[in-house]
Amino acid sequence: MASQFDVIILGGGPAGYVAAIRSAQLGMSTAVIERDKLGGVCVNIGCIPTKALLHSAYIAKLLREAKEFGVDAGSVKTDYGVAMQRSRRVSDQNSKGVEFLMKKNKVTVVKGSGVLQPGRKVKVGSDVHEARKAVIIATGSRVKGLPQIGLEINKTTVISSDEALFLEKAPATLAIIGAGAVGMEFADIFSAFGTQVTLIEALPRILPLEDAEASDALAKSYKKRGIEVIAGAKVKKGTSAKDKVTLEVEANGATRKIETTAVLMAAGRAVNVEDIGLAECGVQVTERGFIKVAIGDVAGPPMLAHKGMREGVTVTELIAGKKPHAIKYDNVPSVTYCHPEVASIGLTEDQCKERKLEYVAGRFPFSANGRARGTGETEGFVKVLRDKQYGEILGAHIVGGHASEIIHELAVARENEYTVEEVELAIHAHPTMSEAVAQAALDSLGRVVDM
Amino acid sequence: MEALSPTMEEGRVVKWHKREGDAVKAGDTLAEVETDKAVMDLVARADGVLRQVAVAEGQTVPVGSVVAVIAVPGEAGGGQTAPASAPVPAVKGEGGQARPAPARSPAPAAAVVAADATRVKASPLAKRIATETGVDLKLVTGSGPGGRVVKRDLEEAGRREKGEVRGAAAPPAVPPQAPLPSPISPALRGGAPYEDVPLTQIRKTIAKRLATSLGPIPHFFLTSEVDMERAAEARDALNRQLGDRGKVSFNDVIIKATALALTKHRACNAWFQDDHIRYWNDVHIGMAVAVDDGLITPVIRDADRKALLDIGREARELAEKARSRRLQPNDYTGSTFSVSNLGMFDIDQFTAVINPPEAGIIAVGAITSKPVVADGQIVPRRRMRITMSCDHRVIDGATGAAYLKTLKEMLENPLAMLL
Repeated sequence: MASQFDVIILGGGPAGYVAAIRSAQLGMSTAVIERDKLGGVCVNIGCIPTKALLHSAYIAKLLREAKEFGVDAGSVKTDYGVAMQRSRRVSDQNSKGVEFLMKKNKVTVVKGSGVLQPGRKVKVGSDVHEARKAVIIATGSRVKGLPQIGLEINKTTVISSDEALFLEKAPATLAIIGAGAVGMEFADIFSAFGTQVTLIEALPRILPLEDAEASDALAKSYKKRGIEVIAGAKVKKGTSAKDKVTLEVEANGATRKIETTAVLMAAGRAVNVEDIGLAECGVQVTERGFIKVAIGDVAGPPMLAHKGMREGVTVTELIAGKKPHAIKYDNVPSVTYCHPEVASIGLTEDQCKERKLEYVAGRFPFSANGRARGTGETEGFVKVLRDKQYGEILGAHIVGGHASEIIHELAVARENEYTVEEVELAIHAHPTMSEAVAQAALDSLGRVVDM
Repeated sequence: MEALSPTMEEGRVVKWHKREGDAVKAGDTLAEVETDKAVMDLVARADGVLRQVAVAEGQTVPVGSVVAVIAVPGEAGGGQTAPASAPVPAVKGEGGQARPAPARSPAPAAAVVAADATRVKASPLAKRIATETGVDLKLVTGSGPGGRVVKRDLEEAGRREKGEVRGAAAPPAVPPQAPLPSPISPALRGGAPYEDVPLTQIRKTIAKRLATSLGPIPHFFLTSEVDMERAAEARDALNRQLGDRGKVSFNDVIIKATALALTKHRACNAWFQDDHIRYWNDVHIGMAVAVDDGLITPVIRDADRKALLDIGREARELAEKARSRRLQPNDYTGSTFSVSNLGMFDIDQFTAVINPPEAGIIAVGAITSKPVVADGQIVPRRRMRITMSCDHRVIDGATGAAYLKTLKEMLENPLAMLL
């Protein structure tokens, strides 16, 4: 069977399905080729189920602190298996939601692994599908272990997020290698479900891509909760036995042995570029007017669903001959949904220094915010980096409850080139966590009110 | 948007002279509008208050659309009931920085007052940078949503400024939105592979009109070499006699001769008009003038009956007006035949595209000294090549050749102009 479409999208993850919907909206006949479930890593084994598990963890935390708020919930029992089952239902609902969106927008979904062929064709099994306008590559990425030190993912004692999301019960002890967003979030989840967590990061601080102040705040918070945090650590060797793993970790000039029930590899992802016929099609070169473009993780970092979604829209509009708003890659928010949450946009303070920018940092701690005090979410702060001369918002960093929601005020501001003054001039409802943003903006101008 | 020229289909507001809330009198200049030919004044047709500016500077709208509303004082624009609050123009904030006017008290529900379109669209950051660096945002092309000027545009404008090698010529007095592309400098290489520049009104018109010329009009070309020795002698003698009363240029002589020759060949002094040919009894010569971003053909009316000195003076005035984009429609419409001269660029000969509905145009090359056989002797003579483009629907080969012969004779023997 051979069929023709205007646009064929290889991969039905967030970048691919959003591109498909936009393509259909623009009147192009569209097909998505997906070998697994629609929604990709994000919906099925990434963003969405982890957010469900993180909320279970958050409820456990709230209940443990509830007595202080006048609510005695008795002794709190947790069951990772039940939380996991719930997270699966959430994922399935979301995947079905994407399926529904495909139907609603009349996008053809082809099940199977697509292989590119010269001439804008994609082979799925024995069928060949041809794109009249373009084939979009959105094949995404996957976890990869560190086999070189004996830590090949064996799915029992050495696992990745793929397995962690399907565990029936939380392990007694867990070493997490990599303290980026994935490692931080699983540390939060398993710690709340009673696991003794050790978090190991090779770079000098956890959340190495975030502002140093955010890293420090989280390290402090995690340690307080009993999560062991080892940064600047090198895992020299891993020995995996039937029901335990022994790690040799070098940190602060000393080597120590860590015995753990399981190891979660949360470092590094590999892009899915094998076996999809890239070499055969000479994908790097545009041949005879073919537009073969990549979006999402496979197109490069930051590997974030929302970056891929925007690329999906932009690329499809380009294919349709429109002039889309250019993507500002320096304006992609970054969020880690651990507790407290970490959200940022733009430059870190260290990056401002490296670039020799003249800046003023404005800060406001949630401990001085009325709403945060009321809800007991006084950890964290808002930090706004203001260009000294023109007031441009060079970067913004939030650690605290709901940071993932609060950051967008600054994303809108930066996208539209508002300066700190415009942010401050917007009237912020009182009492809200968002007031801390306005106060940090004011602080950068040297006229903070509430502190 | 008034039709400010007979061929105008749309107009671009270059600059508003009045702002919302200003009192206006009939005849006051409301705005400068770039038509397909020139920048012209759009004047008020009634007394009152400029209640609403509906078209922003830089925006292009078709003829007939509303650009502004003038209301009797006290009356609201757009047929609405009078809102109590008059629109407030931008006020100066602290430190001389232009700030939008403070929010007005809520207006009655139905009375929506449009934003003041005379304001430049720019991001707050771009405004701040412009204020502090003294850049006029009106002169910067915006690349943000809806043409808004953003930080990057200012940075790029700054880079262009630095990378550009400017000639000695004074900056043109015309609106700067369509500069000629700067030479390709190392700064431009390695950046974007190209730059898209929107068509200005004049460029759009050139594109439209020339495509309706060389495509549909069956052109043919006749070239002849003219001996300019005697014309040159006559010109020198005239100029000596004139002293400081003026100067006669070769171009003036050519325009005069072209016009006079047409009086003897009315078959070439004609317009092709779809179902008929209009043979003109007056001779109006269109003179191609290069302007900053295109060309235009102002007209010397009744050139056959004008003295050389008058032609010269008029030609210079019209060229000057064309370059400063101040030509009025009657300055550039109604020519019956045209002349295009690239002699000053050392072009030996070329073919010109007919300016429809005219039936012919003379392309004039440079006057150069050449060895010529005269009376069996090789002598240096000043020679000039002229090429006539003819619309074959009006002019046949022999008709054109006969005209060209007359023109050549007049140029070679200026006394023949008196015949």
